[in-house]
Amino acid sequence: MNKKPGIIGRKIGCTQLFTADGTVQRVTVVQAGPLTVVGKRTVERDGYVAVVLGFEERKEKHTNKPLAGQFKKAGISPKRIVKELRCDEAFSAQYEVGAVISLDTLFKAGDTVDAQGRTRGRGFTGVMRRWNFAGFPRTHGTHEYQRHGGSIGTNMTPGRTLPNIKMAGQYGDETVSILNLTVARVDAVQNLLMIEGGIPGAKNTVVTVRHAVKARLAKGGVPRA
Amino acid sequence: MNTHPIIAEIEKAQLRSEFPSFRVGDKLRVHYKIIEGDKERVQVFEGDVIKQNRKGARSTFTVRKVSFSIGVERTFPLHSPRIEKIERIAEGVVRRSRLYYLRDLSGKAARIKDAKNG
Repeated sequence: MNKKPGIIGRKIGCTQLFTADGTVQRVTVVQAGPLTVVGKRTVERDGYVAVVLGFEERKEKHTNKPLAGQFKKAGISPKRIVKELRCDEAFSAQYEVGAVISLDTLFKAGDTVDAQGRTRGRGFTGVMRRWNFAGFPRTHGTHEYQRHGGSIGTNMTPGRTLPNIKMAGQYGDETVSILNLTVARVDAVQNLLMIEGGIPGAKNTVVTVRHAVKARLAKGGVPRA
Repeated sequence: MNTHPIIAEIEKAQLRSEFPSFRVGDKLRVHYKIIEGDKERVQVFEGDVIKQNRKGARSTFTVRKVSFSIGVERTFPLHSPRIEKIERIAEGVVRRSRLYYLRDLSGKAARIKDAKNG
């Protein structure tokens, strides 16, 4: 399990960075903070350890009363996004409720991370786009069947369409995690996290970035961070 | 769509403004650092600019030359730290922004009119 909680943030967009040797890194920029500790989960009370992080301000009149109570208890202004992230006791002990977590204590360049976001909704989508079916020939007598999926099963045996056959349907607007991305740069002043590669979702999507759960082991069998 | 101000700032920090301005059709000499193992040397690539892709820090330009009667094109990221120097040798007169037609020409026909010598 992760020792550090990771971040909740907002995808800003993509650009590129040059490394010192001139290699171009394609990065996604994430606004990752300032993150405030809204609450803590402890073994004694909850049976596990986690921190509850708050991100972005929210107007008081837009805050419902149960949430407002939590912010009042923590003595902080209302936050728009609140998320609980697991961490170990050593990390949790460093921060009081109400403290602001600095980004560079969580990530450094070169860390392997997992990013989670909600993909763009594409609505009801055909099999060619949703499942990469090949479709049918566009000529040679194909009649009104160019983008169809073809057969979905046999006749009398078993006499029904088997479960999990790929068909048209809702595509996108689902939570997707991309594992084992690399942190390219951390800007603790502006709270920017630059991650090599793409992150699911459109710009302004709320994303979660955590240390990789399945990171390949570095030399000597020690997990990276 | 407008670039997000934060992205614009990140890209602005990478810009290299020390190079001379040049346009499609110009003849350039690009001094490009080559890293071989732990050795580093500078290679010069001289030719005509046939394409420019102006996108802030992500800008690139393509230089074409004919080397031993084989056409060679190379695309450089304009703001790459591996470009040591760019020399503008000649200013060309061309009427389009992409000079792909040069690929089909050779010898005297593949010349670009010089702005100075008429």
